[in-house]
Amino acid sequence: MATEPLDMEVAGTCVSEFGGAIGMPQLCGEWFGNQIFWLVVALVAIYFILSRIALPRIGSVLAERQGTITNDIAAAEDLKVKATEAEAAYDKALIDARAEAQRIISAAKADIQADLDKAIVTADAEIAAKAAESEKAISEIRAGAMQNVEEVAKDTAQAIVAALGGSADAKTVSAAVEARMKG
Amino acid sequence: MAAEAHGEEAGGLVFHPMDQFIVKPFFGDGAVSWYTITNATVWMALAVLAVFALLVLGTSKRSVVPTRMQSVGELAYGFIYKMVEDICGKDGVKYFPYIMTLFMFIVFSNFLGLLPMAFTPTSHIAVTAVMAFAVFFGVTILGFVKNGASFLSLFWVSSAPLALRPILALIEIISYFVRPVSHSIRLAGNMMAGHAVIKVFAGFAAIAAIAPFSIVAITAMYGLEILVSFIQAYVFTILTCVYLKDALHPHH
Repeated sequence: MATEPLDMEVAGTCVSEFGGAIGMPQLCGEWFGNQIFWLVVALVAIYFILSRIALPRIGSVLAERQGTITNDIAAAEDLKVKATEAEAAYDKALIDARAEAQRIISAAKADIQADLDKAIVTADAEIAAKAAESEKAISEIRAGAMQNVEEVAKDTAQAIVAALGGSADAKTVSAAVEARMKG
Repeated sequence: MAAEAHGEEAGGLVFHPMDQFIVKPFFGDGAVSWYTITNATVWMALAVLAVFALLVLGTSKRSVVPTRMQSVGELAYGFIYKMVEDICGKDGVKYFPYIMTLFMFIVFSNFLGLLPMAFTPTSHIAVTAVMAFAVFFGVTILGFVKNGASFLSLFWVSSAPLALRPILALIEIISYFVRPVSHSIRLAGNMMAGHAVIKVFAGFAAIAAIAPFSIVAITAMYGLEILVSFIQAYVFTILTCVYLKDALHPHH
């Protein structure tokens, strides 16, 4: 520390003339009054700072925080209950919706079935009509065909007879053919 | 440290480990009278300012989610409040501001004293003795006011065999009156010793061969001193609480 000489009035029983400490400065009685006075000032200042401003403020902040935390936890509990309720409502809505869907599906199925039945009946009737018509057409065709066969047979028979050198009148031939065909 | 020694040592090793504890006027030279603003005054004032900065400015926003400063302030508050409540019980809580005052002053004096070139008010027995005797007298008066004559049962160990009680009473009384002495010397002694040791190591740094070791030693001592600074403030405070508990509940 300071090694340059100080004023002689500073040098006393505690500090040498070079500014060094003589013995323990802590035991120097000259300085007690000064230290004690300023210590008391400092402690009183700190006491008033603490008791008037700092401690009530920190205490209230801590209390407020505790209150906030308690409130938040309560609010969280509320929200949790609400969430559970909402979940139940959702489940219920889902079940209802499923039932409704089921109902709609079965109704639709029944409608479709009815339409289908009706369509089948109509179709059956149409088919029957068509079949009858076709049968008639076929029998006509068949009748036509028999006649054609008869004519062809007569012509053929006449041609064969002519080819064999015979002469046959048409009447005889057709009577013979008709007799054969019936037989 | 005689005067002539200072002159002779000027070229070689210079040890002035106690010079850092000298109280001197902060403005100019002259005699130190009781009202002079000294280095002790300045460092006490800095401690007051530090307390103000931490506990008032740091908490000025009163935020529910604290800033870092406010968090430290709340930590200090909670630490001492819990200590007072745990040791003294619920009825000791109304003395919490006094105990907080002592703790904040000591802890900041100790830590500010660790700054290079700083002065440590708590390394002076005059300072610690005033605090210790304030605690001693305060607690003793409080004990008699609260409990009347039954405060004396503190010295009468009723759980001991009857024959031993007078002897125990004598020991208890001696230990009671030694309290302020040990209370003050413990703090001042710890602070002084640490600072003086650092200064001695610093003196050795003048020798080049030893300087690295010296610097490592200073660093290590400094770390230890940080620990000691807090622990001594804690010890002073917790003993104050224990003495207060004796005053509030003197019966064993």
